[in-house]
Amino acid sequence: MKRLAPLMAFMVLVLAACGREDLSTLNPQGPVAEEQFGLMKTAIMIMSLVIVVVFAISLYVIIRFRRRSGDKTIPKQVEGNHKLEVIWTVIPIILLIILGVPTVQSVFNLSKDYSNDPEAVKVIVTSHQYWWEFEYPELGIKTAQELVIPTGKTIAVEAKTADVLHSFWIPSLAGKIDTNPGGNTNHMYFSSPKEGVFLGKCAELCGPSHGLMDFKVKAVDPASFDRWAAAIQEPVALPSDPEVAAAFESKCLTCHAVGDLGGPAFPNLTGIGSRESVGGILVNVEADDKKYANEDTVYNNLYKWIKDPQEVKPGNMMPTVDLTEKELEGIAQYLSELTLDYEQ
Amino acid sequence: MAHAHAHGHAVKRYSGIMDWLTTVDHKKIGILYLIAGGFFFLVGGLEAILIRVQLWKPQNDFVGADTYNELLTMHGTTMIFLAAMPLLFALMNAVVPLQIGARDVAFPFVNSLGFWTFLFGGLLLNVSWIIGDVPDAGWTSYAPLAGTTYSDDHGMDYYVLGLQIAGIGTLIGGINFLVTIINMRAPGMTFMRMPLFTWTAFITSALILFAFPALTVGLAALMFDRLFDANFFDPAAGGNAVLWEHIFWIFGHPEVYILILPAFGVISEVISTFSRKRLFGYSSMVFATILIGFLGFMVWAHHMFTAGLGPVANALFSIATMLIAVPTGIKIFNWLFTMWGGSIKFTAANLFAVGFIPTFVMGGVTGVMLAAAPADFQYHDSYFVVAHFHYVIVGGLILGIFAGLHYWWPKMFGRTLNEGLGKLTFWTFFIGFHLTFFVQHFLGLMGMPRRIWQYLDGMGFNEMNMISTIGAFLMGFGTIFFIINVVVTAVKPKNAANDPWEDGRTLEWTIPSPPPEYNFAQTPLVRGYDAYWKEKMDGHSGMTPAEPIGPIHMPSPSILPFFMGLGFFIAGFGFMYAPDWGHFLGTDLTNGHALGIFGLAIVLICMLLRSVIDDHGFHIEEEEILKDLGGKA
Amino acid sequence: MSAHTHVEGGLPHEPEKATLEGRNKVLGFWLFLGGETVLFGTLFAAFLALRDQVLDGPTPDHLFDLKLVAAATAILLTSSLTSVFAIQAMHQHKVKALINWLIVTVVLGACFLGLEIYEFYHYVHEGHGFTTSAFSSSFYTLVGFHGAHVLFGILWITLLIIQLARKGLTVVTAPKTYVAGMYWHFIDVVWVFIFTVVYLMGKVV
Repeated sequence: MKRLAPLMAFMVLVLAACGREDLSTLNPQGPVAEEQFGLMKTAIMIMSLVIVVVFAISLYVIIRFRRRSGDKTIPKQVEGNHKLEVIWTVIPIILLIILGVPTVQSVFNLSKDYSNDPEAVKVIVTSHQYWWEFEYPELGIKTAQELVIPTGKTIAVEAKTADVLHSFWIPSLAGKIDTNPGGNTNHMYFSSPKEGVFLGKCAELCGPSHGLMDFKVKAVDPASFDRWAAAIQEPVALPSDPEVAAAFESKCLTCHAVGDLGGPAFPNLTGIGSRESVGGILVNVEADDKKYANEDTVYNNLYKWIKDPQEVKPGNMMPTVDLTEKELEGIAQYLSELTLDYEQ
Repeated sequence: MAHAHAHGHAVKRYSGIMDWLTTVDHKKIGILYLIAGGFFFLVGGLEAILIRVQLWKPQNDFVGADTYNELLTMHGTTMIFLAAMPLLFALMNAVVPLQIGARDVAFPFVNSLGFWTFLFGGLLLNVSWIIGDVPDAGWTSYAPLAGTTYSDDHGMDYYVLGLQIAGIGTLIGGINFLVTIINMRAPGMTFMRMPLFTWTAFITSALILFAFPALTVGLAALMFDRLFDANFFDPAAGGNAVLWEHIFWIFGHPEVYILILPAFGVISEVISTFSRKRLFGYSSMVFATILIGFLGFMVWAHHMFTAGLGPVANALFSIATMLIAVPTGIKIFNWLFTMWGGSIKFTAANLFAVGFIPTFVMGGVTGVMLAAAPADFQYHDSYFVVAHFHYVIVGGLILGIFAGLHYWWPKMFGRTLNEGLGKLTFWTFFIGFHLTFFVQHFLGLMGMPRRIWQYLDGMGFNEMNMISTIGAFLMGFGTIFFIINVVVTAVKPKNAANDPWEDGRTLEWTIPSPPPEYNFAQTPLVRGYDAYWKEKMDGHSGMTPAEPIGPIHMPSPSILPFFMGLGFFIAGFGFMYAPDWGHFLGTDLTNGHALGIFGLAIVLICMLLRSVIDDHGFHIEEEEILKDLGGKA
Repeated sequence: MSAHTHVEGGLPHEPEKATLEGRNKVLGFWLFLGGETVLFGTLFAAFLALRDQVLDGPTPDHLFDLKLVAAATAILLTSSLTSVFAIQAMHQHKVKALINWLIVTVVLGACFLGLEIYEFYHYVHEGHGFTTSAFSSSFYTLVGFHGAHVLFGILWITLLIIQLARKGLTVVTAPKTYVAGMYWHFIDVVWVFIFTVVYLMGKVV
């Protein structure tokens, strides 16, 4: 066991090096994921030990007791061995106790409900095919796709769905919780001590675009968060070009909202120009930083999305809106400039 | 059984295709299960290959998003219900009656009925590909996605009705094996002398009996929701989506043990035979099997840790799940110590069995990891889970089935599979398997959810997915090598000895390969565990008979089971399309309803005929048996 | 089996267990009833989970008429008793009594079914249809599954009465009759639970 310890430590290091910092469960960025990773490490170490023992015995047996050709001898027929059988019953039980005790502790620890904690930021997460709605009931804010949180604060999540089952997962910050229909809401909490953008995923099959139902969690310092909360509630002006404005009002605001205009049924677009991505998966980058097929400038991403939403996310609820090329470009331009200035 | 006064009933013995359609012989039904299960295994395998091709690179467009969900749903459903279970039933049918010294199963007619309902259910499910409305809500088919609001084509109807019909076949098959094992054992074959494969078949059948009715109810409720606007799982009308999860997993978790226990049994037989050694710790193996079966019913909610059941439930189900590791561990070490001190011969069958042990352990330990609820919040519905259950089901069950097929092939067909091709099958399949699924553990831990059609570039998933796809192709090649082996073997002469491995320990190796219709010319007298081995060690060449040679009574073949399966198929099809087709002769019923009722009428009429017409069976006369014995001597 | 040629006088006391086929049938049927128990258990669980989801439909308290249901219960329990008499007659090889008691059982079962159909008809008129709410769907499914079992039992036992009348009591017909009796008892037991869980608890809670 003593000799194995450094080996185990090494393995954990290797594991921790796996994957992106903003996505991997092996590289936790917050206390909840940290606690879960701790339990995973305990389990992985115990299980590696089991595997090593079984592999060692297997190898030894396979090599040592292989039949030589022509060997007609009959090995001794052993019925069993009580001592051995007790050993391999008791040792697993001990190993399971070592794993079981922290598991139970952690189950209760992670089930704490912070929804009545005045220090916590309350967020109601509502999942839709295939986007995420984030409501801050205390602040009167409803936004979509990008969950902005203050660093260091506990985020108390109340999760539910507007249609089918989904599951809310931010691998590097916290494990997932299902979003159930019909008033059966679930609670979870997490926090991020560090600033940064973390990738969120839907983890329950919810239809064709289940794999594309990504969102972002953006942790900013508390002062920036306050500025963001104020900025997102500011009124928003319509596009300056009256033709584009008319199209935007009659064809976009029927479903979407910006500022205090429009309808609440589909993703709120306030500040969409400063979000990390369009539609959760078209990542916004500067024109020169384009690296992957799903990366482009905000404008291009918006243009691409509005032109044919079904091409980007098959089966989503947004139809191809009948727009002239000028209206399309004008709306994409307008939305790309619809930014919130809150970071320093 | 056999009456000294033989009757003059006409001997009904069909040949050719009619023989296969009407057979009630467990050995032939085993072969039918093998062919049908093998066919569906290829279908499910092809679906798997398509899934892996879609995922070989980021943002691939090889198949559309809808098609992808159809593929993953049908792959899971087909592999579990239409490939794995029938292949196990193939082995159970072929072997269990022989291992207990019986001439047939308890209910030969029901046995045939079980096969045909399974086959027609499976065909109904797969007709969806031809019609174009394919189930697409996952093999778990969680509501409300599986309800009419979000799946408004007939895809999910095929799932509900196809599985319901196939499930009937499985359930009656389970009852049949329970009664067979309890009532039909040869003299001296006490429970604690039964070969372990028979024991696992027994426990698996008990699990089927108590698990499948829950699925029946779940599917019926979902069917009522879909076809008759009931509200079980519709939240808008007070229904409860989590209720479906509970019902599905109360069935679904025991189902996992239904699949794996017979594989445990196969491994026990194969390892013991090819180590030339008695199974180590037989009674603790039996005890562990029973315990696993029992605990299997207590742990369903570990599939629902993230559903919000609360900390008390999560803690209890965590601990209960971990407990299963103890009996499973007992089994692993008993296998290892069966080999310890033995004289191990690495035939193709034994390669699969020995390869099973470390592979299954890897699947087992990830199972214990998943049992820790808070950590499961991270693993759940990620590729880690995909890796885990493929290690258990492919690395466990499929390796077990391959081991069993190579081992019992001579007994089933009278021809031994080619060893070289068998070993080639093993190495390609085994290496391909580990390539495919080992990396998936890490994909999951790195944040890749399961059941996703595309992943974005730059997530760090690319290389491992590529490796996984390459591995899947290797598994495909392994399967092709097996098929080549089957074909090559089929044209060889039928010359397998009674005990082709020469180290056979159990009763099936005391009779010809393949056995005559009546299995045992004289019912054997069993004098201990490993009945045949005991006789060998005592210097006897065969079993001591428990009865004199006499005429043997056999059940008549019957075409009714085939028509009952067909009736269910027609009924399912009719009810599914009831809302779409016009009204029947101006009544409230639609033509679909009429067709459905017609199908059910076929079933009921067949049942009526079965009840009214007494099955006298027929006798195989002494002369014929003596001729068989002489021919083989 | 060949024993169907035996004269009735040659039958053993328990003719249902005289042959291996008969013993298999009885054991297999016990196991089948084990599966049926899980089936109804799951239906009860679904009903209990959904019984409060009444929505706009009538509440169980308002809906159920205990007098009618109590009468149906009494009829079904009596039919269980008459089926016991039938099996007793079978063990005494009194074919005529056996057939008569089976006829009484079937008639009582039909009365029960008639009352149930009347009850459902009445409920639908009260606004408690199959699609009204989750409560109504689970109610009709649970009670309806039971009703379908009763219907199947009636048809089955009727068929057996005809066979007994034509073929007499043999080691082939005896196990069939015996398992039909087991089935009928099982249906009764399920009904006792339905009466308690659905009707009495619906009135009280």
